[in-house]
Amino acid sequence: MSALLAVTDAHVAYGKVEAVRSVSLEVGANEIVTIIGANGAGKTTLLSAIMGILPLKGRVAFAGQDLARLDIEDRVARGLGLVPEHRELFVTMNVEDNLELGAFRVEKARAKASMERVYTLFPRLKERRKQLAGTLSGGEQQMLAMGRALMGAPKLLMLDEPSLGLAPIIVADIFRIVTELRAAGVSVLLVEQNAQAALKIADHAYVMELGEFVLKGPAAEIAANERVAASYLGFQHEAASAL
Amino acid sequence: MNTTIMLFLIQDGITNGAIYALLGLALVLVFAVTRVILIPQGEFVTYGALTYASLASGQMPGTAKLALAMGVVAFALDVFAGRKSLHVRLIARSFLANIVLPGIVLALTLYFVAQKPPVAVSIALSLVIVAMIGLSLYRIVFQPLAHTSVLVLLIASVGCHLALQGLGLLFFGAEGQRGPAVLSTAFTAGSLRFTGQSITVYGITIAFIVGLWLFFGWTLYGKALRATAVNRLGARLAGIRTTLSGQIAFLLASVIGALSGILIVPITTLYYDTGFLIGIKGFIAAIIGGLVSYPLTAIAALVVGTVEAFSSFYASNYKEVIVFMLLIPVLLLRSLAAPAVEEEKD
Repeated sequence: MSALLAVTDAHVAYGKVEAVRSVSLEVGANEIVTIIGANGAGKTTLLSAIMGILPLKGRVAFAGQDLARLDIEDRVARGLGLVPEHRELFVTMNVEDNLELGAFRVEKARAKASMERVYTLFPRLKERRKQLAGTLSGGEQQMLAMGRALMGAPKLLMLDEPSLGLAPIIVADIFRIVTELRAAGVSVLLVEQNAQAALKIADHAYVMELGEFVLKGPAAEIAANERVAASYLGFQHEAASAL
Repeated sequence: MNTTIMLFLIQDGITNGAIYALLGLALVLVFAVTRVILIPQGEFVTYGALTYASLASGQMPGTAKLALAMGVVAFALDVFAGRKSLHVRLIARSFLANIVLPGIVLALTLYFVAQKPPVAVSIALSLVIVAMIGLSLYRIVFQPLAHTSVLVLLIASVGCHLALQGLGLLFFGAEGQRGPAVLSTAFTAGSLRFTGQSITVYGITIAFIVGLWLFFGWTLYGKALRATAVNRLGARLAGIRTTLSGQIAFLLASVIGALSGILIVPITTLYYDTGFLIGIKGFIAAIIGGLVSYPLTAIAALVVGTVEAFSSFYASNYKEVIVFMLLIPVLLLRSLAAPAVEEEKD
C-alpha cells in the first residue's frame, strides 16, 4: 500500500537561503508521524510548503496525486489539513462560525455531523460556542484551531507545535485527542519541540537539524537513540526525574 | 435661519448622506477583503447613472460594449492561467460568465434601446452591465496583484479610475445627463415635501444595509467574506478561495455604486466625472470609520451629507472645501490615538 503523504527530495528556500534541503518523508494511513528538532530546524517551513503556503522544489504526493499544481484551498478540499503554529483563527467571530467556516468545502449534512464530532472531542468548545474566538484562552484557541481543521474532514492533519505555550494539563489533553484522531482514521503529522510527549504517541519519527533529516525510524527506536536522548530528551528526563 | 430651512437642509443632507453611506460601506467591504482602496467606485456610480439615463432616453450606452470587451480579456486571462491544467468545466464556466452573459446583455440592450425601455428594465440592465464591468475589473487588474502591497494596489486603483473616467468621457460625452425618477409620487408632511425619489433613496439604503447585515451575519458566503477580511491565511486553510471573496466584494461594490448612481441621477445632473467626487465623499465616511467599522462609516456618511447640505446653503462656493476639511481633525485624532504600524506582510 502506498503512503497517504509522500514527500520526495523536497527543498524549500526563502530567497537564496535554503531552509529545508533534500527532505523525504512518508505518512501512512492511520499513522501518527512526528518531526522533532530544535527551534529553527525548518520544521514549520516544511509543513507550510507541504500545505502550499511556501513554494517547494521536489515532489509532494497526497493519496497518490501530485499536489504541485494545487492551491492551498484545493489541497484542503482533497483532505489535507494544517493547524498552523499561530492558529490563524477568525478572532472577531464566534466559535461556532469559526467551525462552520472550517467546513466551507464540505456539504451541509456532513458539516453538521462533523460539528457534533468536534464538540464531542472538545466539550469545552461547545460550552463556549457563542464566544468570540479572540477571547478564548490559549488552550481553547488551540482546540478551536484543531476543531476548525477537523471540520474540513481531513484525511491527514498536520499540527504545528500544538503544545506551544500551553499548560501541561492541556497539553496532555491535546495529545490524548491526537491519538483519538488516529483511532478515528485521521493520520497526523505532528511537529513538536516537546519531543518526549510526541515520541510517546507517534508511530514513526524524523529528527530534523538545520533543514535536513538526520534520523528517521519507528518512534520507539528514535526515543531509545542515545544521540536523540542527549540532544532532545535529556533535559526533559532530568526535569521528569526531578519531579 | 428658520426651522423650515433647517429641516429642509437636514432632509437634503440625509438623502445625500444615505448615498454616501452605501458607497462608504462598499469601500470598507472591498478594502477589508482585498486591501484595495477602491478609487474607481466613483466610476461605478457614473456608469450606473449614465447607462440608466442613456437607456431611458433611447441612446445606446457604450458601457454594454465595454462589459463584453472586458469579459473577453478576462476570459483570455482565465485560459492563460489554466493553460497547464485545461479543465474543460472551468473554461466553459469562464466562457459563459465572461463572454456569453455580456453578449446576451449587449443584445438585450440593443433590442430595448430602440424602443425606450420601461424604468425597471433600464435599471436592471444598468445594474447588470456595471456589475459585469466590476467583476472583470477585479479579474483583469486586482486578482493578479492580490499578493502585492497596499501601495501597489492603490496605484493600480488610481490607474483604473483614470482609465474608466476617460472611457466615460468617450461613452457619454462631456455633457451632463439626467434620468427619469424611479418613483414620481410626492407627499408633504408639515412643511417638508417628500418626493418619491428621496423615499426610494431611504428605502433602498435601509434595505441594502439590512441586506448586508443579514448576508454577513447569517449566510456561509457572508461569513466567508468576513473571515477573509479577518485572517486571509486562516480563510485559505479553511478552503475559502481569496479570489472568490474578492469577486463577491467587487460584485457588491459595483452593484452598490451603480445603484447609487441610478438613485442620484434623477435628482442632480451627472457628468462623466461627477462620480469621482461622490465616491470621494463616501471615501471620507469610510476613512472616518477607519476603513474597518461599518456602523461608524454609516454615521459618518450622514454627517458628511448634512455638513455638505448646510455648507452649500451658507457658503456654497466652499462646499467641497468644508466637507473635505472634515477629514483633517479625524486623521489628526486617529494618528494620535493609533500607534505607528508597519504594513502587514503576507
